Amino acid sequence: MTRTSRIPLATTIAILLFFYIPIAILVVNSFNASSTGGAWGGWTLKWYQKLFANEEMWHAIRNSLVIGVTSTLVSTAIGTSAAFALYKYSGTRIQKVHGVVLYMPLVVPEILMGISLLMIFMAVRLPLGLFAIFLAHVTFSMSYVAMVVLSRLQDFDATLIEAAQDLGADAWLTARKILLPLISPGIVAGALLAFTLSVDDFVITFFVSGPGSTTLPVQVYSMIKHSRNLPIINALSTLMMVATFVIVLTSQRQSRRA
Amino acid sequence: MGEFLEFQGVSKRFGPVKAVNNVSFSVKRGEFFSLLGPSGCGKTTLLRLIAGFEQPDSGRILLDGQDITQLPPNHRNVNTVFQNYALFPHMTVFENIAFGLRVARRPKDEIEHEVMSMLKLVQMEDKAWHLPSQISGGQKQRVAIARALVNKPSVLLLDEPLAALDLKLRQRMLLELDLIHDQVGITFLYVTHDQGEAMSLSDRIAVMHSGVTEQIATPAEVYEAPKTSFVASFIGDTNFFDGIVSSVPDDDYCLVDIPDFADIEGFNGVLCYNDKKKAVGGRVNLSVRPEKFGISIDPPRRQFAHMNVLRAKVEDIIYTGNHTNYWVSVGSRRIAVYQQHAGYLLDEKPIRWGDDVWLYWNADNGYMLDDEAAPDPGLGDNVKGV
Ligand SMILES: Nc1ncnc2c1ncn2[C@@H]1O[C@H](COP(=O)(O)OP(=O)(O)OP(=O)(O)O)[C@@H](O)[C@H]1O
Ligand SMILES: [Mg+2]
Repeated sequence: MTRTSRIPLATTIAILLFFYIPIAILVVNSFNASSTGGAWGGWTLKWYQKLFANEEMWHAIRNSLVIGVTSTLVSTAIGTSAAFALYKYSGTRIQKVHGVVLYMPLVVPEILMGISLLMIFMAVRLPLGLFAIFLAHVTFSMSYVAMVVLSRLQDFDATLIEAAQDLGADAWLTARKILLPLISPGIVAGALLAFTLSVDDFVITFFVSGPGSTTLPVQVYSMIKHSRNLPIINALSTLMMVATFVIVLTSQRQSRRA
Repeated sequence: MGEFLEFQGVSKRFGPVKAVNNVSFSVKRGEFFSLLGPSGCGKTTLLRLIAGFEQPDSGRILLDGQDITQLPPNHRNVNTVFQNYALFPHMTVFENIAFGLRVARRPKDEIEHEVMSMLKLVQMEDKAWHLPSQISGGQKQRVAIARALVNKPSVLLLDEPLAALDLKLRQRMLLELDLIHDQVGITFLYVTHDQGEAMSLSDRIAVMHSGVTEQIATPAEVYEAPKTSFVASFIGDTNFFDGIVSSVPDDDYCLVDIPDFADIEGFNGVLCYNDKKKAVGGRVNLSVRPEKFGISIDPPRRQFAHMNVLRAKVEDIIYTGNHTNYWVSVGSRRIAVYQQHAGYLLDEKPIRWGDDVWLYWNADNGYMLDDEAAPDPGLGDNVKGV
């Protein structure tokens, strides 16, 4: 008689519970009419109504989206070209330095990045605000983009470029017809990553955001200090979770393509 | 007939490595020309110089009278079949083949027609809408050839196109390549390290060795009249004999003293065909192919005008059906002898291990090499694969 062990199954369930119970509580509470959240007060959508009526919140969301989109565009452009440079001239000393420099923002503690960016902005008398946040976000997301695109490029067969040139294509046509189609999944994945990182970032943004330029995470932080706002934040988090979920799913689809 | 593709003193180094060292040769229009040599001898580099992926440090490359040395790859009327095929993975077989024509902005219906006739030539019509990942190695190979040929290049460059295929497929593709060459009449420049491929396909072969072309000749010449000991040992098997001319009885022949045979009783020199016009005291490096020897238990009956006859002892016998390989010792030498079985073998007096035999060959069948020095010990001083 063979009995398969139940332990793997039990462990899996335990881990899933551990991860998802807090989230589930949050989601359920966003529909909970009782504002304290301790007890069930019946179903309601009033927190969502309040959320949608909250002017400041909308302002912050708009800021987040504006910064998210612009910093994604710029960091994708810079990160992609950095990846190309790293790929094409790999092995030269300057490119090794370049590689390390690009890698830094991925490993340096965020708080350090935040402080140093703040100090630079102060030094050059750049007013804190949307533009400063935008610059800060570009600084770190381009590294992520570069890494994602670079890993895609490293799988790329360089003789394909020679083959295209051999068949008469110039550099521009080769890039458009061969290189871009083959690495675009990497670029798209990098851009999606940059966007989520930007919308999600709190620490660095907190340092460089001025008055009136709050982004969503910063706004949430300031609201959380008042317990009456908690259910509204639950509602917001639920919506954000759904949005993130969709983005991550799309991003995975993209990068899984051959 | 005019020279079509011409190399004039071309050199290319990578750091300290002289990948191509002062190479000059020319290829005729419509010729099937092979670059043959061991790994790392500079074949691919030479090909890439023609394609334009590398720039020579010195020298010129002419195509149909025009200096193409400085031309970028996309402006050269040559196309390459890459060793790993380099098919575009995101395009169908059809689109891969059409790429060059689309780049050249040819009309749509013309592209359609040309690609279809190419697909027919390489027998891939039914796979036109497959992606490269959905076809086999041999099929990829054919698509790569079609993709290059469809542009009607002046020269088609092929870099070991069959290396990735298994033996059976390689033999079939060999025949197909030959057929395609006959049909399209384009100049083929074929790179390989496989002497069999080069011998069976080529009009002429350039044998390369560490960046230098050692001999450029027809397959038969390269085999029968190798210029250097490298060529002699790289193409087929051979026996080398080092010696010094002891006398020159007439214009065509000389007697050569061979130190390895010195202690054989009554030995008074090997007769050699003296096409190098060596004088007494000249050094000779003689190559005699194993199949040029005769071997028998009884003294040889038929006498050639210029025959060398020696006594030998059989040391090893390998019977392979249509021929037998013997290793015999003569003096302090081991000599390889390959015998075809023309007659019915079992009727003949058998040669056994340890037998004393007669070894003989026609002086005309030995060949003096250009290099007088003993061959590179790395090649084996006797026969490869012993
Ligand atoms: N890009 C390069 N950088 C440095 N050295 C190179 C480069 N390309 C070739 N070489 C060197 O030049 C020499 C000739 O190389 P090449 O690729 O032409 O040889 P090959 O005859 O094609 O050999 P194989 O049969 O193995 O393909 C080798 O010693 C190789 O190491
Ligand atoms: Mg090569």
